[in-house]
Amino acid sequence: MSEKQLSVEERNKRTLKKLLIWAVAMFGFAFLMVPFYNVICDITGLNGKTSSTAATDVPEQVVADRTVTVEFITQKGDGISGEFTSETKRVKVHPGEITLVHFYASNPTSTDMITQSIPSVTPGEAARYLHKTQCFCFDQQTLAAGERKDMPMIFYLDPEIPRHINQFTLSYTIFDVTERVAGKNNSVAVN
Amino acid sequence: MSTAAATHDDHHDHHHAPTGLKRWLFSTNHKDIGTLYLWFSFAMFLAGGFMAMVIRAELLEPGMQFVDPEFFNQMTTVHGLIMVFGAVMPATVGLANWMIPLMIGAPDMALPRMNNWSFWILPFAFAILIGSVIMSAFGDGNPSAPNFGWTFYAPLSTKYGPDSTDLFILSVHMMGISSIMGAINVVVTVFNMRAPGMTLMKMPLFVWTWLITAFLLIAVIPVLAGAVTMMLTDRHFGTSFFDAAGGGDPVLFQHVFWFFGHPEVYIMILPSFGIVSAIIPAFARKPLFGYASMVYATASIALLSFVVWAHHMFTVGMPLAGTLFFMYMTMLISVPTGVKVFNWVATMWRGSMSFELPMKWAIAFVVLFTCGGLSGLMLAITPVDFQYHDTYFVVAHFHYVLVTGAIFSIFAAAYYWLPKWSGVMPNKTLGELHFWNSLISANLLFFPMHFVGLAGMPRRYADYALQFADYNFWISIGGFWFGLSQLLFLAVAVLCAMKKGEKAAAKPWDGAEGLEWEVPSPAPFHTYDTPPVVK
Repeated sequence: MSEKQLSVEERNKRTLKKLLIWAVAMFGFAFLMVPFYNVICDITGLNGKTSSTAATDVPEQVVADRTVTVEFITQKGDGISGEFTSETKRVKVHPGEITLVHFYASNPTSTDMITQSIPSVTPGEAARYLHKTQCFCFDQQTLAAGERKDMPMIFYLDPEIPRHINQFTLSYTIFDVTERVAGKNNSVAVN
Repeated sequence: MSTAAATHDDHHDHHHAPTGLKRWLFSTNHKDIGTLYLWFSFAMFLAGGFMAMVIRAELLEPGMQFVDPEFFNQMTTVHGLIMVFGAVMPATVGLANWMIPLMIGAPDMALPRMNNWSFWILPFAFAILIGSVIMSAFGDGNPSAPNFGWTFYAPLSTKYGPDSTDLFILSVHMMGISSIMGAINVVVTVFNMRAPGMTLMKMPLFVWTWLITAFLLIAVIPVLAGAVTMMLTDRHFGTSFFDAAGGGDPVLFQHVFWFFGHPEVYIMILPSFGIVSAIIPAFARKPLFGYASMVYATASIALLSFVVWAHHMFTVGMPLAGTLFFMYMTMLISVPTGVKVFNWVATMWRGSMSFELPMKWAIAFVVLFTCGGLSGLMLAITPVDFQYHDTYFVVAHFHYVLVTGAIFSIFAAAYYWLPKWSGVMPNKTLGELHFWNSLISANLLFFPMHFVGLAGMPRRYADYALQFADYNFWISIGGFWFGLSQLLFLAVAVLCAMKKGEKAAAKPWDGAEGLEWEVPSPAPFHTYDTPPVVK
């Protein structure tokens, strides 16, 4: 049956159906923006997130003729009453050079605490040139009651790091995720 | 078409329209529903305006006088939400309901029952939202109403949101469903119900701008629904869309929100473009200059609105390439908008102009909307936006485009079409008083905000530094003045509803064009049961 022979009511129903499908699709699109955003961030370093997995390659060479200053800052999220500091505040490294820094977190409470640290690099474009071979942020760290924990982080900078990046800041925010983990097993993490 | 019209006739003959409350509750008539929308939006305009008065009273003098900062935050939040979702949007939907079938020669909206439903959800949605404010006001701020700004950024609305955030989420979902249904109805009506001969490029611009607005609504309101759904699951079901501790990102919220939010501002302004494109030719007694370019400009604005959202968030730390992209795209929008403004001016150029009330509002719209557009252009420049961001300069900008833009054009529309709706001319004396008081007070209210904003006064605070005291005093005076002036319009509208006034002819404005003037005033309950002939 061609369009012309349909009654107005039938044509209205058809248009209604198409538009409803579109509305539902756009609702789905809102959720699609989440993985899409994460991919964009991975590629461009938009939100300054560093890789959440350990780098396995070894740097090919050390670029001895230039140094980049890396600064470390720490912040405490909700529910963290103890200490969270980095032993090193700033370090000058050659791209490709493997460097170890120590962070310390303490739990002055009388119960065990599970923590998660979230890294962020400013400016964001430096994030993808920062490779960590070992980091306390890759996993949740359990702090026993009264414990002060040494949390090492080993990193190197990509020898390809653009010349205009001479300095960047790596910030860690530590969160108490004890409750989240307790209620976790039945919910989905968005990463 | 003729068979459809015949069935409609039958239907009406056997149908005894209910009276009293039931007429309005069960109405499927586009004119009744349009009237309901318009009265509802005016009630919300007064409610949101009352909250603005609380805000301005607190800011009349430095220091804390009337409300505590916590309640002040609730006022700014709910004022914004009510004005956007309760006043401007339903008012334009009401105008669409009333005018689109009349303008395209259709007997009614295409989906009348859905039309009824889409209106009657709204009072409940706003009862929920305003209920949380009333509880807060009478419970001494406990429980708190939504207090995170109308943009409800995470984590303010997720981790730190008050309990009423869940009421807010439900309310936004309901408003969204209502808007989507209203928009679908417009699209279906315009596509399928036009009178024979009414081709797309013969449609009045109000119908065109609303058609494009409807597409924007269907595209972005579901994204808003997605955003509040993510908030809900973050708050109660253990997800971490916006929670860094669980691997999410609060900045993602801003991207999702503004992907909805920027097209949303065009949803509020495009119908206004259609309104003034109807009024200016009528009172300049010349056809609209550049009809086709108006249509294309509206479509370009709508398309561009999807690629500019991040200009609201230049300060989150985007890469340079990103800020440049969003800056240039934003500036590009001024080209089609400029086309519109110049077309309106060219329509007036050498016209036989007369300055009846609708024309006064329309001209005020063109001038003041352009003012708001220019400050928008300033805000689009990334480096200076870092200074202007979240200051009163931004408040001045969006009140110029929304109050002296969208709301002035809605008043223009009301004065222009009230004779058609009610059958009587709106009271001239009250109307003149309403116009001049609104025009002067709105500028006293919003213009100095530019200056305090540039000087660094941040928005959304219950107090300010002493050097801003004089400006804020006058801004508040302008605010009270503007608020009180709107009661004059209440009087105009009530007089029209009571049929008190000079009787209106079918075509009360001699230069007006369009099918809506072919039917008597007031428009009969059923119009165009047999479609008109469009030449």
